[in-house]
Amino acid sequence: MPLTPLQTYFPIGLVLLVGSGLALVLLLLANVLGPRRPNAAKMSPFECGSVPVGSARDRFGVKFYVVALLFIVFDIEAVFLFPWAVLSTELGWAGYVEMLIFVATLVVGLAYVWKKGVLDWAE
Amino acid sequence: MLSSPQRKPFSPRAVLVITLAVGVLLFGALFTGILVLTAAIKPVMIAAFLRQVVGVDPATWPHTTLVTWVSMAITALILLTFGAVISGATVWWEMRVSARMQSRIGYNRAGAGGFLQWIADAVKLLFKEDLIPAEADQLLFRVAPYFVMTGFALTFVALPFGEGLVAADLNVGIFYMVAVTALVVVGILLAGWSSNSKWALFGGMRAAAQVVSYEIPAGIAIMVPVLMAGTLSMQGIIRAQGAWPWQWFVFTNPAATVAFLIFFISQLAEGNRTPFDLPEADSELVAGYLSEYSGFRFALFFLVEFGNLWVMAAVLTTLFLGGWQIPWVSAADWTAARGALGDLPGAGWWGLQLLSMLVMVLKTLVVLNVIVWIRWTLPRIRIDQMMNLCWKYLVPFAFAAFVFTLLWQVLLARVPLLATFTGFIMTGLFVAMAALFGRQVKANIAASGDHVDLTNW
Amino acid sequence: MTQTTGKLLGWILGTALAIGFVVVMGQLAIGPAAQSMVPAPATSAGLTEVLFYVLAGVTIAGAAGVALSHNILYSAIGLLMALLGAGSLYVFLSADFLAVAQLLIYIGGVLVLVLFAVMLTNRITEITVSNTSLGLWGGLMLFVAVAPVLLAVALVTPWATITPAAAAHTTETIGDALLSRWLLPFEVASLVLLASLVGAVAIARKEIKAD
Repeated sequence: MPLTPLQTYFPIGLVLLVGSGLALVLLLLANVLGPRRPNAAKMSPFECGSVPVGSARDRFGVKFYVVALLFIVFDIEAVFLFPWAVLSTELGWAGYVEMLIFVATLVVGLAYVWKKGVLDWAE
Repeated sequence: MLSSPQRKPFSPRAVLVITLAVGVLLFGALFTGILVLTAAIKPVMIAAFLRQVVGVDPATWPHTTLVTWVSMAITALILLTFGAVISGATVWWEMRVSARMQSRIGYNRAGAGGFLQWIADAVKLLFKEDLIPAEADQLLFRVAPYFVMTGFALTFVALPFGEGLVAADLNVGIFYMVAVTALVVVGILLAGWSSNSKWALFGGMRAAAQVVSYEIPAGIAIMVPVLMAGTLSMQGIIRAQGAWPWQWFVFTNPAATVAFLIFFISQLAEGNRTPFDLPEADSELVAGYLSEYSGFRFALFFLVEFGNLWVMAAVLTTLFLGGWQIPWVSAADWTAARGALGDLPGAGWWGLQLLSMLVMVLKTLVVLNVIVWIRWTLPRIRIDQMMNLCWKYLVPFAFAAFVFTLLWQVLLARVPLLATFTGFIMTGLFVAMAALFGRQVKANIAASGDHVDLTNW
Repeated sequence: MTQTTGKLLGWILGTALAIGFVVVMGQLAIGPAAQSMVPAPATSAGLTEVLFYVLAGVTIAGAAGVALSHNILYSAIGLLMALLGAGSLYVFLSADFLAVAQLLIYIGGVLVLVLFAVMLTNRITEITVSNTSLGLWGGLMLFVAVAPVLLAVALVTPWATITPAAAAHTTETIGDALLSRWLLPFEVASLVLLASLVGAVAIARKEIKAD
């Protein structure tokens, strides 16, 4: 008897609930059991014992953003590859060439990004 | 040995007995629970159980759904408990191994060989003050551990423990395993940002950049076993492999060996393991995104980090190392042992399941030990090296392995024997390399005038 | 002075557009649909329905969080909830691959990108910088314009309903469709991805030089 998708995926929802429930219970328990004696020094952000200088929420290198952009592009590419990879044996040469074109386009993109020095972290 | 001023309440022998009892009972109960319940929560099994043991007709009995739900919830709880326990045990094991590697004593107080240390630590952390920095974002700071925790918990849904031992054999199994990492990334980013600490923010940014970067080579490397198996299901990928090393994906295709290495490295990086532990580099960033976390909130992050080692190792075993496949047991044997689908399976089937679980656990532990070994051998790399390795080496090589596998599969369709042939050669090569390595280690030990001492545990 | 004039003009234009939208949609969508209205088939509220409404609720609550939150990072959390909810609704349609792809791309990719962007930007959590509002009046107007149309479409359209089928091999079906019928869009997708890569480079280089 094959399962409906809902039946197959039901455990995921359950684990999601049980997992966060477990975390919640443990944290509540820790809340009840643990002491609470805050003071100013304790509540200040850690900066090796000295008084924090400036704000932590300052501007950040744009390089991180570029990494995220690169990730999305190749991530989407991987999502396209997965359904095809499952089928590869049935598609034959036509499918093979089609996918090669797809992958080649992205490899060209990677080469371009590489050439432009975006992948060089240290400036 | 330091002399303690107090008298110890237990004799060394009693401590050993207690430790062994705790260890054996805990793991025995968990593995039995996983064995029985992951097999039993399939609707067919529940129906058979209700019909044959309880003696009711599952189709008309009003409580069938309730029984299903409750057994699923218990399974989920057991799997998560297993995740937590294996995480603690891994911490203990890693600390013992690292102590040996660095000529220290390591854990030796709580229980024999310090085995109960992780339990003591967990209890201690429960009693610690839960600090939230005054200028932190209260809501996000509290919410972040849940994301990390659920991301970790969700991996156990599709993680195979044996032939029929998986909570849900998803059609999109491995794809799902890649996707749930997303929640962990979000959790890490929120933890780093909400702390309002420079160390935490740097750590969080680095961690997120690292995890998302290495997801790319990992995703492409996964495509190689998927191509070879023709399915995304974790169980399907294992079924496409054999029990013997020369039937494993890692050895049957040269590109798969490359993909295995790429995937292994990517997993290390995604798990923030040395040499990729820059996000929480304790000598530069204090503790990275964890800096401001304390008490049990910290414990949750820590649990996930070490529990992830098991998940990593199990996924590697599944994709490349033949998973739970038992020698001399074919798919037909499994079907035969199962008997009629409407009935409860016999003892033979359960025995086979246990055996498959043993194989899977053993392989997973071997991989896990390699991960531990690497952590205490290699130094940390710099962030630019980390990015270079990912985008300039792993990604191009992963693409190359992928394209090679395409050709390889076409070739295999013509010459099926090629896989067996390559399997034998690669296995032989691996054994030879391992032997050479062992000999070199032995020679090094002899040359340094040292000796191997396995007595002082 | 010019600012108020501009705002006033915007509102007048907005109102006109909203009224026009309602009228046109009334002619095009609501009218014809109302004629062919069929009573919804009576169904028993099983567990599946309950689950559906819970997940739909999560999605809507997340979306509301995105719109109403004063802190842009809370909006991001709301977005995550909405995306997760929408992803889980795909499972109801037997589209498991799509559900996981939603998780991978939207939460793993887009949301992380949004978080990066937020965290890279100075003072973004200050409400005056990021979450400025065009005013209650504009929002209300838009709501009045769009809500009846959407509501009418939702209630009147004879939605096709199917009973949940056994788990189909959606991954294979998608792969097959991509490489046969939808081959051109598929290959164009790679070009779009290439273009976005080039765009990313262009942005990044400019920023780094400006530093």
